[in-house]
Amino acid sequence: MTKLPTWADVGLVPIISLTLAALVSAGVLLAIGQSPMQALTVMVNGAIGSSYAWGYTLYYATSFIFTGLAVTVAFHAGLFNIGGEGQAQLGGLGVAVVCLALPWPHWTVALVAAMLGAALFGAAWAAIPAYLQAKRGSHIVITTIMFNYIAAALLIYLLVNVLRPDGQMDPASANFPDGTHLPQFQDIPILQGLFQRMGADGLPRLNADGLPIYQQVPANVTFFIAIAACVMVWVLLWHTRLGYAIRAFGKSEKAAVYAGISPYRIIMIAMLISGALAGLMAINNVMGQSERLLQNSASGAGFIGIAVALMGRNHPLGIFLAAVLFGFLFQGGAALGLETKIPIELRTVVQGLVILFTGALDQMVRMILAAFFRKRGAS
Amino acid sequence: MDYATFLQVCDTALRFATPLLLACLAGLYSERAGIFDIGLEGKMLMAAMSAGAVAAITGSVWIGLLAAIIGSLLFALVHGLASITFRGNQLIAGVALNFVASGITVLIAQSLFGQGGRTPPLEGAARFANIDLPFVAAIGQIPVIGPFYAEVLSGHTILVYVALLLVPLSWWVLYRTRFGLRLRAVGENPASVDTAGVSVVRLRFSAVLIAGVLCGLAGAYMSTGLQAGFGREMTAGRGYIALAALIFAKWRPWAALWATLLFGFLQALALRPDVVESLTHVAIPVPFLDALPYILTVIVLAGFVGRAIPPRAGGEPYVKER
Repeated sequence: MTKLPTWADVGLVPIISLTLAALVSAGVLLAIGQSPMQALTVMVNGAIGSSYAWGYTLYYATSFIFTGLAVTVAFHAGLFNIGGEGQAQLGGLGVAVVCLALPWPHWTVALVAAMLGAALFGAAWAAIPAYLQAKRGSHIVITTIMFNYIAAALLIYLLVNVLRPDGQMDPASANFPDGTHLPQFQDIPILQGLFQRMGADGLPRLNADGLPIYQQVPANVTFFIAIAACVMVWVLLWHTRLGYAIRAFGKSEKAAVYAGISPYRIIMIAMLISGALAGLMAINNVMGQSERLLQNSASGAGFIGIAVALMGRNHPLGIFLAAVLFGFLFQGGAALGLETKIPIELRTVVQGLVILFTGALDQMVRMILAAFFRKRGAS
Repeated sequence: MDYATFLQVCDTALRFATPLLLACLAGLYSERAGIFDIGLEGKMLMAAMSAGAVAAITGSVWIGLLAAIIGSLLFALVHGLASITFRGNQLIAGVALNFVASGITVLIAQSLFGQGGRTPPLEGAARFANIDLPFVAAIGQIPVIGPFYAEVLSGHTILVYVALLLVPLSWWVLYRTRFGLRLRAVGENPASVDTAGVSVVRLRFSAVLIAGVLCGLAGAYMSTGLQAGFGREMTAGRGYIALAALIFAKWRPWAALWATLLFGFLQALALRPDVVESLTHVAIPVPFLDALPYILTVIVLAGFVGRAIPPRAGGEPYVKER
């Protein structure tokens, strides 16, 4: 088979895959009697049409960056971690335990402690599948799937029987104390201006004290932590000895063992980092947004991480871009559910199609492109 | 627990085990041929919706069943295309199809019926009727065994008996026919099958399509047998429990029957916490019972109860020439 030029492999293949996914989605919309153009307009307006919309898109993107990085770190070690969902839920538990433990004086202190809790719980949930893979050869894909379900059951039990305050009906923990409130975009001085509410006369609306009113968006400081995490994963994988060992092991286990790299050590470390990253996602949704632990807190972000990592070609920069794209899909899909008759589930279909075309049918795109390049080279 | 309650739980267990068994056998064919199938859940869901929708429109459960098989086969075909023809990642294809199924079933049901992604409740000929096994009245009189025959074994829909009959049939196909031998070989060492002049692609496609038909039966049973209509996400992880059962059964048909019966029994017990408590004298949380199939599977995977060794060539696309 003809080898594609790098630019085509990195740039063209994902774009064509995405286009195919978009075309099939449009076909689905036509089939159920809706207009794809109208859907696209609503999605664009709802997800990137205003700073308010961006406040939601980037909030979702933040979660997806963490779960995407989690999949990537494991992937470079040749491991497919499907357990991001469970690890993120456990991370949420870690955040809740930390936030409810003390009357935190300031959010910065609470944030550091909660990050430790989230990472620790997430990593712990990845540790058992990692150990079973490293020592007993149990297939990590299957064990992490099982651990997703075990995590869901564990959280239902804890939320109903342990964390739920007396007299509350819904299965959720108590609200976190005020000291754990993370600044959201409208609380951050530089960004604040973007979220001012404007009156009909075009002037900023003021409250009773004469202060401007800001729109509430869920995007919060975790977004910047996510960007830092991208940089750190990049440094780890491509500029440290450990990262080299991880990638070498992922490329060829035999060669890595010959070079003195211990498979047990690499599998454990890669999965612990992966679990910790998935767990850290909880800072964004549990601490930054809901401010209490809810059932099914990860709401699918763990699985979307797989798509994000695939789309982003397992590189932190790509993951950042793919996460924003999926944030767009997620928020745009919600806008569709609100403003049109198209059910919100369309976004699940689109996500599935993106995973299908970028992750499983990428070879098809490559074969077509290869035929094209061969023809051009011959003439 | 008295005998009557035990029979009740067993009856529910058999109902719950049926979709698991059908999906588990589906996974068995696919994985024995070397194609990992995480998409059992999605195919079942698609089939459940197709059966529910078409049975509601036509009023005939048999046309619904046909629609279920077609719906599930469509997904199986995409899975085959991605993982056999284009040598894509089988696991990722499965994950993707589960996503698509989860969304598109609601989309279609909503656009057809506008009832929040459900299909209308089915009744009469749009559902599978319960069948009484022969001589129920006579055998039911025999103490101990009689009630078991009458209460547990008799009075299910035809799909339950089809599922049970598929176990010996699958055993026979896999271990006593030429097709079965080749199927198992292609999951262990596709190159040798290729050398013998048998098409790897064709064998693997047949396995994936058989899995599609079986998932179609499983999904149809969910919406027309177990329940009366399709509801969003109604398979609720059963595809993954079937996957767990498959590993638990170490990819063997008879063991698959016992594993799915065990998991079905656990699901039935989760509905009766009172029974569990009276048996164990401690309150066992329901979520623990829900998680037990997964925990048991992890223990089996860890190799504490014999080793579960998957087909050797599982998950790897076959490349004829390098």
